[in-house]
Amino acid sequence: MVTRPLVAVSDLRHAYADGSAALRGVSFAVGAGERLAIVGANGAGKSTTLLHLAGCLLPQAGSVRIGDLILRSDNLPQLRRSVGLLFQNPDDQLFMPRVFDDVAFGPVNLGLPADEVNARVMHALAVVAATHLAQRQPHRLSGGEKRAVAIASVLALSPTILLMDEPTASLDPASRRQLIELLQTLEQTLIIATHDLDMVLDLCPRTLVLGEGTIIADGASAVILQDAALLAAARLEKPLRLQACPVCSRRLPANGRSP
Amino acid sequence: MAKIESSFLDLGYLDSLAYRDSPIHRLDPRIKLITTLLFIVCVVSFGKHELSALLPFAIYPVMLLALAKLPPGYILRKLLLAAPFALCIGVFNPLFDRATLLHIGSLEISGGWISFASLMLRFVLTVSAALILVACTGFDSLCLALARLGVPSAFVVQLLLLYRYLFVLTDEAMRLARARSQRSFGRRGRELPVIASMLAQLLLRTLDRAQRIYLAMQCRGFDGELRLLRPLRIGTTDVVFLIGCTTALLGLRFADQAPALGDAIGGRLSW
Ligand SMILES: Nc1ncnc2c1ncn2[C@@H]1O[C@H](COP(=O)(O)OP(=O)(O)OP(=O)(O)O)[C@@H](O)[C@H]1O
Ligand SMILES: [Mg+2]
Repeated sequence: MVTRPLVAVSDLRHAYADGSAALRGVSFAVGAGERLAIVGANGAGKSTTLLHLAGCLLPQAGSVRIGDLILRSDNLPQLRRSVGLLFQNPDDQLFMPRVFDDVAFGPVNLGLPADEVNARVMHALAVVAATHLAQRQPHRLSGGEKRAVAIASVLALSPTILLMDEPTASLDPASRRQLIELLQTLEQTLIIATHDLDMVLDLCPRTLVLGEGTIIADGASAVILQDAALLAAARLEKPLRLQACPVCSRRLPANGRSP
Repeated sequence: MAKIESSFLDLGYLDSLAYRDSPIHRLDPRIKLITTLLFIVCVVSFGKHELSALLPFAIYPVMLLALAKLPPGYILRKLLLAAPFALCIGVFNPLFDRATLLHIGSLEISGGWISFASLMLRFVLTVSAALILVACTGFDSLCLALARLGVPSAFVVQLLLLYRYLFVLTDEAMRLARARSQRSFGRRGRELPVIASMLAQLLLRTLDRAQRIYLAMQCRGFDGELRLLRPLRIGTTDVVFLIGCTTALLGLRFADQAPALGDAIGGRLSW
């Protein structure tokens, strides 16, 4: 049985207002429940791609299809109900006077009843270990705390497609581990733009490598992250776990424990 | 720039006050909005040389302050922050209006000085009432109240975003100032070009960020309609508060035929 992919991007192009071409023809498809990592150098076009998938940018050429909807200005509200985007900069995402209200903003807009909203907010805050921040002002939090709250605000929407732009950036190691474990339990479709290749190894079976607005490689993470030449071309490095030990030049097995 | 941080960002504290709990906090935002508007209209509608009849109106903010258990020092500091604007407007009155209106002993007080005092008093009364309204209601709830009272949604959302972006603006200003002081090593001179380019940067950055924040709001289902978790409900307390305040305010406003209370508090200062 051939199922139609949930997300289909074809020949997507985008140039920002100042003329710099951020995407020069990107095509890929993502199946329901798949976990895809988008990696690449700074400025490769990862964030731009995610902004398109979330309907924050409209394709200048090419197309984006999410579910049954082709991304167009007239069906944006519908489309946005099924996707949730974690912005690269949490400051862009937090705007309510209290953390609690910020996380509740999405569910309230979905028109959920108050009990349900409360339950969702508390749950989302709990899974990112940020329950104690509920009454704080978002713009007075530390970088990592902001990130955690921003993640909660997206999780509270429980979208069918979760788009995350550098979710582990500025998280402390324990929070990072906790987030990865949480994401592993989710059944939603997950598309993550990141520089954290060790997380990719843990979380995403498939990786898309972007370079200067085009796709350099698209395939199994285990293969791509081993390919030193490809990674070098994309200005990336092998994940630490796949690098040989500098002392004994032995390699750790993929599960990260010593033999 | 540390001053920007301490003065403007304190608006966040104003917001956080709204999450406290008190009988005043529990009142419906619409009720508080209406009584405060009525209060402001009453205070503003007096003649320009009125002084003694204004004084009793101080009861309203003081009562709210006490019942809502708000920190008076904070409200006072915010008042001082806005005071220069009122001073600027009022400071010319004594220059233009020199006709003597009042004698205290051998001291002659001109109409200009009286209208200046009256203006400042009005400023203190109205701005403190507005501050207290925000502090015991929250800006979001107030906007929702406005919408429910029939103010066009587009206008209300603009107002809400304006308030939110104030934080964005001050945040960016702080960051820029920090970045600059990081690398200026305390050196002075050639300040003006630097400040000019910083202001330009600030504008650009703020526009950019405002744009992205708006996108983020849309991504989370914002469609221009304001929705809040706290439901609006008018109960008996609300009605009692509204009737009580309206009667008292109108009473004070039209009591100048029998200004007993005003006399008791302010003496015969007014003309
Ligand atoms: N608002 C903007 N205006 C103009 N150019 C932009 C804008 N945002 C991004 N760009 C440009 O578009 C290109 C792609 O940017 P994008 O943010 O998608 O990169 P990225 O892969 O997410 O990088 P990073 O790893 O640094 O987050 C870059 O060359 C960048 O300079
Ligand atoms: Mg990016």
